Amino acid sequence: MASQGSIPGTIMLDGPMATKGYPLNKMCYSFNNASARDEFRTDEEAYYEKFKLTEEQKQAMRQRDVIGMLEAGGSIYYLAKFAGILGLNVQDVGGLQTGMTTDEFKAFLVKQGEV
Amino acid sequence: MAKIIGGVTTSHIPAIANAMANGLEETPYWKPFFDGYPPVRDWLNEQKPDVIILFYNDHGLEFFIDKKPTFAMGVADEYYNSDEGWGIPTIPPVTGESELSWHIANSLVEDGFDMTICQEMKVDHGLTVPLNLMWPGHNYGHVKVIPVCINCEQHPMPQPKRTLALGQAIGRAVESFDDDLKVVVFGTGGMSHQLDGERAGFINRAFDIECLDKLVSDPESLTKYSNYDLVELGGAQAVELNMLIAMRGALLGEVTELHRNYHAPISNTGSGLMLLENK
Repeated sequence: MASQGSIPGTIMLDGPMATKGYPLNKMCYSFNNASARDEFRTDEEAYYEKFKLTEEQKQAMRQRDVIGMLEAGGSIYYLAKFAGILGLNVQDVGGLQTGMTTDEFKAFLVKQGEV
Repeated sequence: MAKIIGGVTTSHIPAIANAMANGLEETPYWKPFFDGYPPVRDWLNEQKPDVIILFYNDHGLEFFIDKKPTFAMGVADEYYNSDEGWGIPTIPPVTGESELSWHIANSLVEDGFDMTICQEMKVDHGLTVPLNLMWPGHNYGHVKVIPVCINCEQHPMPQPKRTLALGQAIGRAVESFDDDLKVVVFGTGGMSHQLDGERAGFINRAFDIECLDKLVSDPESLTKYSNYDLVELGGAQAVELNMLIAMRGALLGEVTELHRNYHAPISNTGSGLMLLENK
């Protein structure tokens, strides 16, 4: 397994990152339940406390900073559940991470699929 | 004796479930993808397999990273889908096959694959989307499904060399089961895609095609790749190719490609549908 950061723009969810990201991922895993999603919507700050997010994780969440969430150990599979609360799909999230609009990101995907 | 008569590779992305729920199959975006499926559906309806062994990865429905099995399999007679958090429709229960499942579990552990064995297992889109693609309208209740779940989320993950060997061990286990059952193996997920990071949106069509070719003719050659190589060549979630590799491992006979449809992009992924006959 090569080291973290050796593929540009890619953060591997390896042991150290999974340890670091555990509170954030655990919080996002809870969003499988509708009642948890409602509780989060009602008071985000209280919900961060409930899962003991680190300050770095709270900041990334407050700013809706997806790259920040990944750097704080977030797994995209759990962050996707948070994105769902915001009504965002994976193309929206792709755009947010790459500095493109959703339409630009979709066009980028199409271009790569071309022969 | 039980016999594996073929294998299928297919995408399992959640956007497919939404497209089917909303009747978008004939729209310009989706048509090139869905047009690939009728020949595979026809083959399945002709062959009438009793059992589907389905390799997939859980995306945080049944398993969280508090306890993440490297390889897990179900041995239940029924499996349930549940709320995944972001709004794809929850679908009807999936039928299981406990007797063959336990036979495979025994055989695998004897063979050195220390599976996590699950009597209850919520199954997510990784398993349900392929079933609904093959039997639209959720008409899959007649076929018995054995879920085999591979960790594709948290490193360390099993390497392609290991997942091919797992598939081979499952192939041997099925062939040693006394009942006359027709079995088809599904390898779901992939192909190239990356959802996370500044590299999000990465797709590698040439690599996907090469993998499909090698899955037919020379699966052993794919074991030269590490998971790191798959991430580099196919994007962070291209580790899901391990499910396709495991499927191919289970086909121990003479393999013929009957059908293929590659299309990119579907959502953020390269989608590879392939039907292989095993004689």
